[in-house]
Amino acid sequence: MLVSLTQLLVCQLLGEIFARVLNLAIPGPVVGMGLLLILLLCSQSIPEKLESTAEGILSHLSLLFVPAGVGVVAHLTVLGNEWKAIIGSLVGSTVITVLISGWVLQRLHRGEHDEP
Amino acid sequence: MSPDFVAVWVYLSTSPLTALTITLVAYLLGDWIYQRSGKIPVLNPVLIAVVLITIGLAVTDIDYWTYFEGAQFVHFLLGPATVALAIPVAKLLKTMRGGFGPLVIALVAGSSTAALSAVLIAEILQASEQTVLSLAPKSVTTPIAMGIAERIGGLPSLTAVCVIMTGIIGAMIGPYVLDATRIKSWHARGFALGLAAHGIGTARAIQINKDAGAFASLAVGLNGLATATLIPIFFYLWQWLTGA
Repeated sequence: MLVSLTQLLVCQLLGEIFARVLNLAIPGPVVGMGLLLILLLCSQSIPEKLESTAEGILSHLSLLFVPAGVGVVAHLTVLGNEWKAIIGSLVGSTVITVLISGWVLQRLHRGEHDEP
Repeated sequence: MSPDFVAVWVYLSTSPLTALTITLVAYLLGDWIYQRSGKIPVLNPVLIAVVLITIGLAVTDIDYWTYFEGAQFVHFLLGPATVALAIPVAKLLKTMRGGFGPLVIALVAGSSTAALSAVLIAEILQASEQTVLSLAPKSVTTPIAMGIAERIGGLPSLTAVCVIMTGIIGAMIGPYVLDATRIKSWHARGFALGLAAHGIGTARAIQINKDAGAFASLAVGLNGLATATLIPIFFYLWQWLTGA
């Protein structure tokens, strides 16, 4: 657990360094995710401990968005008098995007674990 | 209030312990309500927790930044959690058959739809230009979205708010859209939630099904890259076409 968590933090730190040194538009944690992905794809198998730690963190991923979510409510005033257009755009666009991306992938890709 | 109580209150209202505890309790309550409801997507645990905490802060007159000083310990874990998304994605890529063509096509289709539909609807609803530009990157994870907004002339703080709202909206109504349109494959359902609603959609997908979670994680990473590339291209193309 502690070793796996350290591995994740090391990847994040390297990601942050890369992103800053190379002045990338991509945030550090995302670069760190890319680094770990390359490492895992190059290795024979995924370490079991790392996998169970990741599962533990990711099963509570929703919780991690709560502080930022409260910040949104605190900053709702930035929506200003255009809030109707903004909400309309967000809801409409999200529905269309879910529909298009899900539909295209389902048509083109037949997964082996799909529901009947 | 007695003096003792005042002293305790002063301690509690500024201690990180209070904010941290409130965050966890509110989330567990939200999750309990969601589970008890029979997992109705509208009763999103993040949304319930956010509403409860907001009411709590308003009642006790604690400002957001005081709250965030404690809650940042939870917020910080978003970094390692993002890195951890590599593990389900690696597992998925190691076992996937049939090539990556379908993924790339779905990615470009979804990514373009996310940006263009947001801009188009906002234009129809007569939003100002700055608002329209701030809305364009709304489907990608917050730091990438803010970076894009800054580059094309949007308002990064408005973008941050829109991104989180998109995540909650996607997690709340995405499953209904997928049911209504008979998109049943876990791969496609996960991919759609991750692409349209980034980490919050992914969090939802992980809790529903492992395969859906892996596809959602993959979609978040890929969409970050795709959107960071596509939006500036669309933007400069648009400027060139309109001669601005």
